[in-house]
Formats: sequence, C-alpha cells, structure tokens
Amino acid sequence: MLRFLLRRLATMLLTALCLTFVVFYLTNLPPNLEKIAKSEAGTRISDADVESWLHKHGYDQPVLLRYGEWLGVVPGWTREIDGATTGRCIARGQDAASAPSFCGVMQGEWGFSNVFKEPVSKIVATRLGLTGWLMLCVMLVMVPMSLLIGILAGMREGSRTDRVLSTMSIATTATPEYVSGVLFITIFASSVTGLKWFKGTATSAMDDITFQNFFLPVMTIALYGVGYIARMTRASMTEVMTAQYIRTARLKGVRFRDVVLRHALRNALIAPFTVIMLQFPWLLNGVVIVETLFNYKGFGWTLVQAAGNNDIELLLGCSVVAVVVVLVTQLISDLGYAWLNPRIRVR
Amino acid sequence: MPELGWTQIFTAMAWQFLPVWLGMLATFAVSVAFKRRLGLYGKLYDSPVGMIGFGMVLFWVLTAIFAGQIITHDPLTQLSGMKNALPGLPVRDAKDGIYPYYLLGGDHLARDVFSRVVMGARSVLSIAPAATTFAFIMGITLGLPAGYFGGRLDTALSFLANLVLAFPVILLFYLLVTPEIQQTGTEIPLPFTDATWRSSIPNVLAAVLFIFPVIFVTVLLNSRFFTNPRQRNLYVGATLVIGLWAYAGLAFNADPLGVWSMDPNLLNVFVSVVFVNAPTVFRIVRGIVMDIKSRDYVAAGQTRGEGPWYIMLWEILPNARGPLIVDFCLRIGYTTILLGTLGFFGLGVSPESPDWGSTINAGRKLLSSFPHPAVVPALALMSLVLGLNLLADGLREESLKD
Repeated sequence: MLRFLLRRLATMLLTALCLTFVVFYLTNLPPNLEKIAKSEAGTRISDADVESWLHKHGYDQPVLLRYGEWLGVVPGWTREIDGATTGRCIARGQDAASAPSFCGVMQGEWGFSNVFKEPVSKIVATRLGLTGWLMLCVMLVMVPMSLLIGILAGMREGSRTDRVLSTMSIATTATPEYVSGVLFITIFASSVTGLKWFKGTATSAMDDITFQNFFLPVMTIALYGVGYIARMTRASMTEVMTAQYIRTARLKGVRFRDVVLRHALRNALIAPFTVIMLQFPWLLNGVVIVETLFNYKGFGWTLVQAAGNNDIELLLGCSVVAVVVVLVTQLISDLGYAWLNPRIRVR
Repeated sequence: MPELGWTQIFTAMAWQFLPVWLGMLATFAVSVAFKRRLGLYGKLYDSPVGMIGFGMVLFWVLTAIFAGQIITHDPLTQLSGMKNALPGLPVRDAKDGIYPYYLLGGDHLARDVFSRVVMGARSVLSIAPAATTFAFIMGITLGLPAGYFGGRLDTALSFLANLVLAFPVILLFYLLVTPEIQQTGTEIPLPFTDATWRSSIPNVLAAVLFIFPVIFVTVLLNSRFFTNPRQRNLYVGATLVIGLWAYAGLAFNADPLGVWSMDPNLLNVFVSVVFVNAPTVFRIVRGIVMDIKSRDYVAAGQTRGEGPWYIMLWEILPNARGPLIVDFCLRIGYTTILLGTLGFFGLGVSPESPDWGSTINAGRKLLSSFPHPAVVPALALMSLVLGLNLLADGLREESLKD
C-alpha cells in the first residue's frame, strides 16, 4: 500500500509540475508580456521602451528560469538600475540586503494582481471561500438526489420507473449549465412568465445566502452532474442486483426492501464514489459558467476576469488551485476505490 | 399588420421547415422498408428511444443542409425597429420580397432570431462531427499501439493523456483560444511556394493533429494489402497524394490549388476541441484493446504470422466497433456542448457567428426582460445533444442484444 501511495504521489507531483509549467508558458507568451508592458507603461510606447520595461521587470529571462523563480527554487532576479537595486523579491523601498533571495509559490509569494490591485493569495483565499459555499450546497443537493435516482432505477431493471428515470438522467446530461441556467432564469426569475420566485443573480448571496438567491445557481450546477452520477449508480446497482448472493437472500425470503437496503446498497455504492470524486473537475467547469451567468464573484468568476484581462499572476494562482484540486480528488478517488473494494485492495 | 399568435408562429415555422419534414419522411420510409438489410442502423428502428433520438439528430442535420431554404431573413441583416422584438412581430414597413414577420423575434442587434438559430445549426454541425472524427482518429492511432504493445510506450502516452485530462477545460480554452496566441512563433518560408507559415501554437498543434488521419489510412491500407504490392502501391499512393494535399492546405494553408484552407480563428477553435477530446478516446481505445488482445482470434492471427498493425487494425478494431460507435455519438454531443461553452465565453469563431453558444452569450445580458434571443438557441442545443444521447443509448441497447 505504501509503495502504491508513494508512486501515485510521485506521478501526481510530476503532473502538477508539468501542468503549471504549461500554464506558465502559455500565460507568459511574448504577445501577452508586450500587452502588460503597454498597459503598465502606456499604450503608445515604442518597441524599444517595451524591451527596456521587460528588462527592468525581469521578463526578458529564459522562460524556464522564470518558471523556477516563480516556483521558488531559483533565486529571484535582481537589477542594478540607476544605482538602486530592484528585484523580484525586493519590495518597494526595502533594502536589497535584507530581502530574501527566494520568493515563489513555495515560499507563499503568489504575486500581485494587476487588475484587482491586491495580493493574489488574498484574492484567491476570499474567492475560494465564496465558491466553497456554492460547492457545498451543490454537493448536498446533487449526491443524495443522484444516488436516490440511480438506486430506484437500478433496483428493478427494465421497469417503468427505470425507463422514466433513465430517460430523465439522459436529458439532464444533455443540458449543459449555460442552457439550464438560461432556462431557469427565464422560467423562475424573468418578467416574461411573471413567476419571479427566485432571483436571477446571486450577487447578494456573497454577503448573505438565502434560498431565493442561491437556489437557481445551485440547481443549475447540480442538474448537469445528477444524470451522470445517477447513470453510474444505476449501472452498478443493476449489476449487483443480478449477483448470486442477492438471489440467495431473496430465496431465503428476505423482504425486497431489506435486500436492497442491507445487501445490495453497500456494494453498489463503490463505483459511484469514484465517479463523485471525479466530478470535482467537472464541477469546476460548471462553477465558472454559473458564476459568470449569475454574477456570483467567486473563484470561477475570478478565473474568467484574470484570463480576460491578461492578469498573469492571478491566472497562475487560479490555475495552481484548479490543478491541485483536480489532482487531489483523483488521488482520493483512486485510494478510496482501492480501499473500499476488497477485490482490488492493493498490497 | 397584426402580430402573430403562438399557434400561427408554430404553423409558419412548420411551413418553413418543409424540406426537413420531407427529408425525414423519405429517410424513415426507406429505412423502415429495408431495415432488415441495414445492420445496426436498421436495428435502431426496433428501439423507440433510439428512433426518437435519431429523429431529433436527423432534424438538425437536415436543417443544417437546407438552412439556405429555411431561413426567413439574412442572419446578419439588421432591420430598423426590430431591436428585441417579441416573437411574431411584423417587420416594420416591409418591402416586397422580405418575409413580413420575425417569427421568433429579434435580438439586441435587431437580427432575426429564427434565421440565426437555423444558420447556427449549420455552423455547429459543420464543426462538431468533424472535430470528433479527428479526435477519434488520433485516439485510435495512439490507443491501439499503447494497449497492444504496453510497456514504456503505454506509460508515456498514458501520462500525456492524463496530463491533458487533468487540465481544467475552461482554463485550457482561455489559454489556447485567444487572438494573441496566433502571433506567437516565427515566420518560416515554405518550400515550393512563396507563402510563409507561422509556428504559432495552434498552427503547430494543427500540424501534429492533422497528420494523424493520413498516417491512419496509410497504415490501414498498407497492412491490408501488404501481400499484393501492386494494389498496395496504388492505394497507399492515392492516399498519400490526396492526404498530403489536404494536409498542406489545412495545416499549412499552402494548398497550391486553393481547394483546402481553414480560417485561422476556426482552426484555433477546431484544434483545441480536438485536443480536449482525443485523450478520452485514447483511454477508451486502450482499455478495449487490452481486453480484446487476449482473445483467441488475436492469438490465431499472431500464429499465422500477421504483422502487429494488421492485427490491431483489421482484427481488434472491427471487434471494438460497438462501444466506439456509441461513444462517437455521445462525443459529438459533448463536443457540441464544448463549442457552446467556447461561444458562451466569447471565444467562438467570430462574434457575429450565429452559432448557438455565441448567441446565448449575446442574449444573456438581457435575460430577465427579453429572454427569447437566448432561450431559442439554448433549446436548440439541448435538443440536438439530447437526440445524440438518446441515439447512443438506443445503439448501445441494440448492439448488446447480439
């Protein structure tokens, strides 16, 4: 088990390094840097000015070296300009001698956002908190609902209940968040139908979450995931229901309800566990869409702002968080599956 | 002129869709008549779910084909006084030859929503199936050897696939589908022509992705007709000539005859969608191959002395077709959703393009007062993807019956 865990961790670390490097490379492409120089130093500066600005701010080094600096494994750059020493790790007005030589993500220095004019770590922390509430509500709605649908459908394969619920699950997987969100707002929040049961934006939910302003965004994200998890649960449930020990229990005269609850359920829930964990990356997708649509200024909204406004440091910070979330949930799903399922329990 | 009621609107729309109804009627009549001779496709007509799904897909495919006859107005023309017009509103001081109504209303730029949705079907259905096909060919070409040979090759390719899969899709789109990315790289003069090629990231990716169909078909034919050199030379030669001609046009924009070419924005979108889809296909193919390669007919082929590529492409691949066809249908739907996501974030082919994602994005700002410009394409996208999913479900059910 320990060797398996170590190997998984090593692969994970390598993947994280590769992914963050790809993001670093793609955000630091020459045209993007040029755009930053122009937005910081004035749009009408000449090419030579752009060059000198990039040199002054350490953007003209090789990309691998800068990635190392950003990560915090290579000492930050320093420049001697007009007698004063500036550098990556030297704050404005700070003495060059007292500044640390390493300052990267590993040292907790996530950089400074050009658009929000705040440290990236602070922005990411607050925004993640907001998104955390959204995710929590989505999980609380999505997981029980999808497991219930899946179990009810898979309990008696081919029955009318099964057909109706399966078709419903297919329909929800065909409804991406930007479609269901638009439909929900139109039906429940617009002046056209006149229902106005809920609010069409979730901006007010950032301070105070109420049923009225949070129900639609949560349902929008949950709906797309429900169908998928329900189908997986159904498949696993139908497989379990045809197993020998279920037939034995039935022939012994155990009531159908007890067979489902006591014998089938536990084994049928192993596969959906993996699927639910692997849903996190997909939820991230949904979060970005829904936060944009409902104007809820959480992590997804921040990512879109950072990407749209060429805010390199913030975008990098967001990507690190996103990549870490994806990899950690993959690891938990692998370990949990290995731990739950006695047949493939790793030695 | 009076406004149209909902019944009149639907009647008028049904009339506009006449070529589609005729096409569907003909297809269904012919297919039901010959369904015993049509294999898996014929069996689809035994499953109600699959038939409904196929009907919905066929509706949009025919709509895309006959879009030019169905539309009532030009999808880009703005008519005065029709800004945010409600469904069924008559066109103000209509001249002769102009359709007198906006059947599903007007959008925020006073364009006809109905015509834009119909044209959107054409733009979505010309990208999604093609992108899915490319993703499949790439996934199959790499997944077959990874599953069959295993070892280092498998480890390396699987690591790369997992790398792409661990990437949040939206982040990847934001990084790959920006106008700036086309300015990266350096200009390289191409031999034999006076054109130049820019080694920007999408162009490099396109150069890698688009070579896979050529490799695939070449290896496919070469392994089959290896024993008959004359036939082999003819087929492989023809493939290489046509394939490399198209490749030069699509990937390098250097087709001497000017038949094959691709708009840079479209190329950008196309490449990123293929790039996101290919790793999943790779994983599916690899899994199926690892399962099938222990079968007796594979061992028989190996004992006969067949080459590995013959066994992979002509023994294993045909036997893996069931799950692959089902996944192909599902994946077209998924690709449609991805394209919609791109449009929703304003990263689509062009801001004016009538594709459904961009239209939803444009319409969502006025959602609470004028929802119709966003709701109509949303329903269209949903029905197409639902049709594809139901079709896949029907195909799965029917293929399991054997």
